[in-house]
Amino acid sequence: MRARAPSLRRRLVVQLIVLSAGLAVALYVAVRLGAERASEATLDGILGAATSTIAEELRSVEGGAELDLSPGTFSMLAAMGEERIFHRIDINGLPVTGYADLPLPPQAPTALQPVFYDAEYRDADLRLVAVARSLMIENRAAPVLVIVGQTREGQRAIALGLANRAAALGLVVFLFAIPFSLLSARTLLRPIGRLAEAVGRRGGHDLRPVRHPAPAELAPLVEQLNAFIARLRQTLAQTETFIAEAAHHIRTPLATLRSEAEMALRQAGDEPTRARLRGMIRATEESARSANQLLDHATVLFRADQKAQDRVDLGAMARALAERFQPTADLKDMEICLSLPEETLETSGDAVLIEAALRNLIDNAVKYSPADSTVDISLVDDLGYARIEVTDRGRGLGGETQAALAQRFRRGANVGGVVGSGLGLTIVSETATAMGGRFALAEREEGGTCATLWFPRSR
Amino acid sequence: MRHALVSTLALILSVTLAWGFETEAERHFGPENAPRIRVLGTTDLAFFSPVAEAFLAENPGLGIEYLQASSQSVSLAVDAEGAPFDLVISTAMDLQMKLANDGFARALPPDIVQRLPGWARWRDRLVSIALEPVVLLIAQSALNGQPPPRSRRDLIALLRDHPETFAGRIGTYDPRISGAGYLFLTQDARMSDSIWRLAEVMGRLDARLYCCSGEVIEGLIAGDLVVGYNVLGSYAAANLPEGSGVLVVPMEDFTITLQRTALIPVNAADPDGGAALLRFILSDVGQDIQAQVTGGSVMRPESFTSQPWLMPIRLDPGLLSTLDTMTRDRFLAEWTAALDQP
Amino acid sequence: MRFLLIEDNADLARSVRERLEMDGHAVDHAASLSEAEDHLAVAPYDLILLDITLPDGDGRGFLQRQRARKADTPVIVLTARSAVSDRVDTLDLGADDYLTKPFDFAELEARCRAVLRRRGGTVTNLQSYADLVFDPMGGFVSVAGENRDLRNRELRLLEVLLSAPGRILSKDQLCDRLFSLSEPVSDNAIEVYIARLRKKLEGSTARIETVRGLGYRLTGG
Repeated sequence: MRARAPSLRRRLVVQLIVLSAGLAVALYVAVRLGAERASEATLDGILGAATSTIAEELRSVEGGAELDLSPGTFSMLAAMGEERIFHRIDINGLPVTGYADLPLPPQAPTALQPVFYDAEYRDADLRLVAVARSLMIENRAAPVLVIVGQTREGQRAIALGLANRAAALGLVVFLFAIPFSLLSARTLLRPIGRLAEAVGRRGGHDLRPVRHPAPAELAPLVEQLNAFIARLRQTLAQTETFIAEAAHHIRTPLATLRSEAEMALRQAGDEPTRARLRGMIRATEESARSANQLLDHATVLFRADQKAQDRVDLGAMARALAERFQPTADLKDMEICLSLPEETLETSGDAVLIEAALRNLIDNAVKYSPADSTVDISLVDDLGYARIEVTDRGRGLGGETQAALAQRFRRGANVGGVVGSGLGLTIVSETATAMGGRFALAEREEGGTCATLWFPRSR
Repeated sequence: MRHALVSTLALILSVTLAWGFETEAERHFGPENAPRIRVLGTTDLAFFSPVAEAFLAENPGLGIEYLQASSQSVSLAVDAEGAPFDLVISTAMDLQMKLANDGFARALPPDIVQRLPGWARWRDRLVSIALEPVVLLIAQSALNGQPPPRSRRDLIALLRDHPETFAGRIGTYDPRISGAGYLFLTQDARMSDSIWRLAEVMGRLDARLYCCSGEVIEGLIAGDLVVGYNVLGSYAAANLPEGSGVLVVPMEDFTITLQRTALIPVNAADPDGGAALLRFILSDVGQDIQAQVTGGSVMRPESFTSQPWLMPIRLDPGLLSTLDTMTRDRFLAEWTAALDQP
Repeated sequence: MRFLLIEDNADLARSVRERLEMDGHAVDHAASLSEAEDHLAVAPYDLILLDITLPDGDGRGFLQRQRARKADTPVIVLTARSAVSDRVDTLDLGADDYLTKPFDFAELEARCRAVLRRRGGTVTNLQSYADLVFDPMGGFVSVAGENRDLRNRELRLLEVLLSAPGRILSKDQLCDRLFSLSEPVSDNAIEVYIARLRKKLEGSTARIETVRGLGYRLTGG
């Protein structure tokens, strides 16, 4: 099995989706941290100010200190999401009011610098601030420590809510990213598809360079494609030239040989020489046919790959071929009967190949038919197909199957004496297949062969 | 029927006395062997009973054990004693708030919390079950045909002008003993300075100090008192007999309005039972029963638009500031000083 | 008839020319296109036999120029190129017919005749012997002025006999002229056609005699 290269579209889509998922997560984390930090700073400011206010409300009175805690201060501290509040006031290092067991700050605050700290107290996570001042009690400066702590559940809930909203936004972005990435993958890849379509739409003979507008990124591909087309064009031209040249170089000497032999035959008197000359002519003939068919076959193979789409009028072609074969048939006093429908039957394909196939069939029919016989060529419409039948009254197939006959270099066992290379039927069969048609060969009950070709009718 | 129920008190009393806090009354509702929802409250047994009975009627097979105690005792029981009650109801909003703040209250089921407006709950720990105005009671006889005072200033003028009528016959809470009394006074002080002048006047007239609204009302009924200041309106409405000649006067400068609050302690043995009872109290049925019992003085929020002088006490940690010992000491010292005029 | 043979292979050209001359045609040979142009400039031709691959150019170009010039001398292309595509091209360019090398002389003759016939045969080359009149191009035979309908092989047999009246032609010689060399021929095939021809020519003063052991000859009286 061939490993499938990963699809570009899938790669693009996956990358875009991963990117947007990453963005969503980053958004969540950033918003959560940002919101927590921002609100923490604000709340610390409020807490610090409230605590300083409480510290300032401490008054020195006879026998100690006096405090009037303002409900407003506490209300304010609790306002953000109904937080819990704890306080503690120490004078001379001893708790005098509030929660005596409220945790002390990690380091002592100064009058200038309150200390903020976190601690756990009574099943709650507290944010605390400690503020220091001094108070004259009984004529001595007594250090005073005011600690106020509050829970930050509301703040956390708000930060979490914000982060969740951000995450939801991220999720929405993520969800939008899926169709969007599919869309953009399609948009990005569309030029490739268009290019492929433009190249695919070309006919087999269209070997012009690709001029279809393509994005800059595809330019190297188009360039390479064009270079390849140029090379292909050159190779094809060389192949065609080679086939033509080979044909020329084989046939010309054969033609000379044959006509010289024929001349010699006419002039020769003694029978052994004549027999030799006949043999020579026959051999020449055979080489020529083989060469013809080999070259024909090479051409068929070469052209079948090019997928030309000409409109071919099969009736006109059959008529032209029948006319062309008439002189050859006349030599054997044979008749070629043509039966064509009134309507024009057309197929689309390579006219040269179709002509070669049909010519081979008629050539076979004329060649294998006895003198004074008739070759029938008929063309009919057969359920969307154009059916061409070439019927002769020759020797038939000699019991061989069509498949075997169509194999390259095989000849019917009963051709004795008739020159042929056996490639003729192969050419016909391959052409029919290449044109989307079919070829069948059948022996007729009354003797002879019926060769049938089907080509799809074009609309 | 009430006598039969009261007779069971002695037995229960002996059991609950094992706790260090003082109770004023107790009662068991429902079948003897039924699982009990234990309720601790400042609410008078008489007020609580109809609610409990209605609840049990809906939930046969349950029992309720109710202990009535002063607000200080209620707070102490939950806080220091850790007594395992399933529902704690108190008029002392500050003490309830402190319990909740200090982590003694359990989170209430969301269905209870979410139905309540923001002003009627603190977080999901403490909820308001009734609004109660704090009123002035004055005997018609003391007015001498004059209209009743509509504000503290009127009251001060009235008391000052007729010392012969009011001397020794003014009753109010002793804030040093009563949590509710302290709360009302601090709220008064927060709203206006007139309370200090009133204190001075009441001091001069030898005002008598009581632990509870009930005693002030009794004094008025008995004729020993002619003025009761800062009395819970619901008690007055329920306890003043027809034709007692005592007027319930809302102060139109401001009338402190209390929220009776409930919480479920963290160590409740049957928090679901407590929640079920609380849910019933908050339901329309429960609220109607309370309104009937207290003669309509349990107010609905609508009252605040028709009586703009109603000043609700905010259910928030601002209540905690007056509980600070130094603040409390200073406040009570100031109040005592104002009252004990030489 | 006058042929112009344009063919660069000297050997092939020689044998084709000899062969055509043997049949009584006049043949001018041009080894290149320029030579061909020279010939065409000075003499009219009945038929041009044109090779495609020539030293000084492509036969198809020549064909195109001929047709562009409205010169309508029939052209039969003798091609050695790959058969498949060239055929169609050359016919499209105005060739009357084509033959792929190597070719059978009999077929060449047949095609020449067919082309000339198709072109409406302005050339008359009537042969007569005794009371026979024969038009080899038109395939027309009359006996004492009476038209006889002969088939192709019968005509060709008559033509061969008429080419050497009075001479004895062996069976082999006749076979070589009558049948394609690539075709198997039975010994009595000639006898069959001789019999047919005699029957067709019945009543004529010309007769086909059998010379036992030697062959046949045409005699007329």
